[in-house]
Amino acid sequence: MISLNEFVKNIETELDELEPGTLSAEINYRDLESWSSMYALIIIAYVDLEFDVTLTGDDLRQCSTVKDLYEIIKSRL
Amino acid sequence: MKAFIKHIAEYYPEKKFSNEDFFKKFPELKAKEDTLLKVGVSNRHVVDKDVTSSDLSFYAANKLFEETNIDRKDIDVLLFCSTEFDYYTPSTSVILQHRLNLSTNIAAIDIVSSCTGFIHSLSLAKGMIEANDYKNVLLLCASTSTKTFHEKDANSHLLFGDAATAILISNKEEGGIGKFVFGTDGGRSDYIIVRDGGGRNKLTEESFIEEENEYGNVTCNANFHMNNTGVFLFGLKTVPKLITEILVKNNATFEEIDYFVFHQANEFLLKTLQKKLEIPDEKFIIHMEETGNTVAATIPIALNHLMKIKKLKKDNKILLAAFGTGLTWGGTIVSV
Repeated sequence: MISLNEFVKNIETELDELEPGTLSAEINYRDLESWSSMYALIIIAYVDLEFDVTLTGDDLRQCSTVKDLYEIIKSRL
Repeated sequence: MKAFIKHIAEYYPEKKFSNEDFFKKFPELKAKEDTLLKVGVSNRHVVDKDVTSSDLSFYAANKLFEETNIDRKDIDVLLFCSTEFDYYTPSTSVILQHRLNLSTNIAAIDIVSSCTGFIHSLSLAKGMIEANDYKNVLLLCASTSTKTFHEKDANSHLLFGDAATAILISNKEEGGIGKFVFGTDGGRSDYIIVRDGGGRNKLTEESFIEEENEYGNVTCNANFHMNNTGVFLFGLKTVPKLITEILVKNNATFEEIDYFVFHQANEFLLKTLQKKLEIPDEKFIIHMEETGNTVAATIPIALNHLMKIKKLKKDNKILLAAFGTGLTWGGTIVSV
């Protein structure tokens, strides 16, 4: 599994509307100004293609930071 | 004799709803424009409230008669696939039989199905031809889903459009429609639903109470509701398995497929599936930019596009796969 820092960077790249450096491991992604259901789909797709791990809408609802998502994915690998 | 898809005609309502119109209606979403437009739609056609799914189908069928030399009296079966019907009873297909001046010696059947509607209906058309020796089935697949949207439901206004398609399925010596695979999971029937106003739940004042989801999208029980992340995940998990099952059932290999035409749900999902399944660009059809997701009409529209842009050979194999409301899924392999 890639490092948390790499994971944050990759998510930031996938959410291509974000200015580089906007996202950090501890930030609540729902607080992002451009947060939308499309962002949720982009994260779900990235995690599925990259790690073959299923992230659900409920997971996104229950987590708040990118670090939380990282931990969930790690536990499902 | 075997069934094959002989001709497809499309009809769209005149009124258009562009992305410019969308951001005028939802100016607060302008900041998220680039991300939202990953759904891959620039324009959609939208019906007026007093125009029905059967009206659109009537025009599509007339277009098909203009574009082909088939005599109306040679249609043996009429199938009408939609989720909007003219009356509680009788069926809308009987209204269309008369309106289209088709023979009275035909079967006319309504099929209530959405995203998988074309696949469900095509299997019935094939059965009618191959089991009953009929020569010509006229299949009408239409959607007027925009009528069911809440005024504030930005997601749906962005993604969907209205359309009707008329498909002529005829008989010939060699088969053009393969074996079908289907799936149904009513346990997730609430993923895409209009909850109130049908037989189960009457419309009450409560039906119109607005509900906002965690992404700020608004709808109510009297209007269309879609669980976006749930449906996306369903597509991502179900379609790869479905493709394998279609290939196995038809004794075909992945490499033998010349073109893949999926239900045009949204471009981002289609591109994710394409990556996951490693389908080369030249074999993968994405065709929804000017129409949006037209539910049961997306596969006929995309297939017609393919038939127009490529000189298809008799032995070309086209894999069709649909998935959505129900939840339901299904597919087959066709040649034209």
